Amino acid sequence: MISATNMLTSTAVSAESSRQVVAVLEAVTKVYQMGEAQVRALAGVTVAFERGGFYAIMGASGSGKSTMLNLLGCLDRPTSGRYLLEGQDVAVLDDNALSEFRLRHLGFIFQSFNLIPQLTVSENIELPLYYLDWDANESAARVEEMAARVGLADRLEHRPAELSGGEQQRVAIARALASDPSILLADEPTGNLDSATSKQIMALLSELNEQGKTVLMVTHEPDLAAYASRRLHMQDGLIDRIEETSA
Amino acid sequence: MRQAKLLKNIRLGIKTLLLHKLRSFLTMMGVVFGVGSVVAMLAVGEGASKEALEEIRKLGSTNIIINSVKPIEDDSGSQRSPFSVVMFGLLYEDERRAQETFDAIERTVPVKIVRKEGRLGERKLDLRIMGTTADWFDLVRRRLIAGRSLTPRDGRKRAGVTVLTEYGARRLLATERTIGQSLRIGGEYYEVVGIVQSESGQEGSIQTPDKKVDAYIPVEVARERYGDFRTEISAGSLLREAVELHQLIVQVDAIENVETVANGLERMLEGYHKRNDYVISVPLALLRQAEATKRTFNIVLGSIAGISLLVGGIGIMNIMLASVTERTREIGIRRAIGAKRRQIIGQFLIETVVLSTAGGLIGVTIGLLIPWLITQLAGMPTVVTPYSIVLAVGISMTVGIVFGLYPARHAANLDPIEALRHE
Repeated sequence: MISATNMLTSTAVSAESSRQVVAVLEAVTKVYQMGEAQVRALAGVTVAFERGGFYAIMGASGSGKSTMLNLLGCLDRPTSGRYLLEGQDVAVLDDNALSEFRLRHLGFIFQSFNLIPQLTVSENIELPLYYLDWDANESAARVEEMAARVGLADRLEHRPAELSGGEQQRVAIARALASDPSILLADEPTGNLDSATSKQIMALLSELNEQGKTVLMVTHEPDLAAYASRRLHMQDGLIDRIEETSA
Repeated sequence: MRQAKLLKNIRLGIKTLLLHKLRSFLTMMGVVFGVGSVVAMLAVGEGASKEALEEIRKLGSTNIIINSVKPIEDDSGSQRSPFSVVMFGLLYEDERRAQETFDAIERTVPVKIVRKEGRLGERKLDLRIMGTTADWFDLVRRRLIAGRSLTPRDGRKRAGVTVLTEYGARRLLATERTIGQSLRIGGEYYEVVGIVQSESGQEGSIQTPDKKVDAYIPVEVARERYGDFRTEISAGSLLREAVELHQLIVQVDAIENVETVANGLERMLEGYHKRNDYVISVPLALLRQAEATKRTFNIVLGSIAGISLLVGGIGIMNIMLASVTERTREIGIRRAIGAKRRQIIGQFLIETVVLSTAGGLIGVTIGLLIPWLITQLAGMPTVVTPYSIVLAVGISMTVGIVFGLYPARHAANLDPIEALRHE
């Protein structure tokens, strides 16, 4: 077990280590204004994520794990501190640049799948490529490749509503993979699935991790967290401890 | 590549709109009726004013027309003896004076109307004869059917020649072969030298008293042979009047001088005529006035149509705001994936513009149909000008952009995290 502060000193950001480190939070705080009261969701988190790692972020509700995932996902900016993603301090970027970062470097997998209901499976998978301005033929080929990778090559023309939960989540994974991001952010990816399907999805995530994707997963189930090589336990807006399993 | 992308976006927009067919259709209705009313109203307005303008334009924009009118006070004079002669109207002198006074006058054409009994072969009729000069035919540009028209030489030589109108020829049963024969008018003999087309349906003519004229003779001859008196028995009373010229057409050399000459003529005639026995009409002034009226009319119609388009636009905005709320989650998903704000704006704007443009096109169809029906059923003339269609479609697209912008910006400014949480 390594304490969070030790973690910082051991992975101090240097040019040489940035190849292995994909994302770094440095003394990041996030304060929400709730009417009169100020809520400190993150109270100065410092942590580095290695490229190719499989991280589980755990904690009770209100511990700050969702806030951290939103920050890591460039959906939000820290109140103070630095967030280096691929060596770039994203805390200072404007909305456009943040969008561009999400598009190129991050893939989201949500608990409720979040597919767009009026689009077909292939159109859903194509979405990031559409915003990346890919050529129609190239993106069609890419969509097929991604669908095949998650085992849904025969469902391309279906609507999300016609698929089972597990299939929908696989579509979401295919969509997250389409732009070949370095980090996959999964927010309770199996929260809406039965245990058998959950295992399939977790197996798929592990497989992707083995193929080189960094996976950051928020979960509160120890069973699922067991898939991860590192488990970050959060409490009161801070990383309480980091648990490591030797792979 | 860019075009392909735009086309794709439009296709996606249409697809999204078709998910809620009834809603999209109803939303479109505001624009449909707005645009329909713009096109239809402009067509009706245009049709109404076109006739009037055409009529005025026929008078010739460089012409000033002075007509003789019988002064009203003479009619009501109770002490008037039944044998007295009413003398009024334009004088031969007036024509000469006008020519001498104004350099800008290119030429003047006198018109004198004579009513006499005419006889051609065995046929005897009351004829309306117009004495005028060769310039008349130049001015009215009336097509010659046979023979020749009057020449200046006829006037100078006081030649007893006459040119029949098509109308007169028909009444007298005259044909081409009549040319060369003699026509007796009120005891005087004339050689028929030509036949010209009557006024109906001819372009570029002057409003003339010759609609019901049977024949033309040189004005000098008319004056010499018939004088200026006219006696008529009507409704049991004897009417005696003396008119030298019934009409004087003054052609001015340039449009810029028309007003000056008209004002000058007015002053000149005022000086020589004690009574108000003439009327000056300036087609150019009438034209300007008619055009001003038309503009006012168009502004009124335009405002009404504009209000209906505004209502249509607000309808679109309302529905798009509802749609944005309904699709908050979709917006969150797109933003999380990496869509930029302007791409979200673009997506929603395309939907509203597709909606309003489709409405605009349907509206144009209705706008074409309504004037057609009006013409068919009510017999009113309507004119659909291409500019009104371009205007209407342009306005409908603008409505889509203007009223789509707020909902689209609203969508783009949603916080992605909040939007994703939205149920």
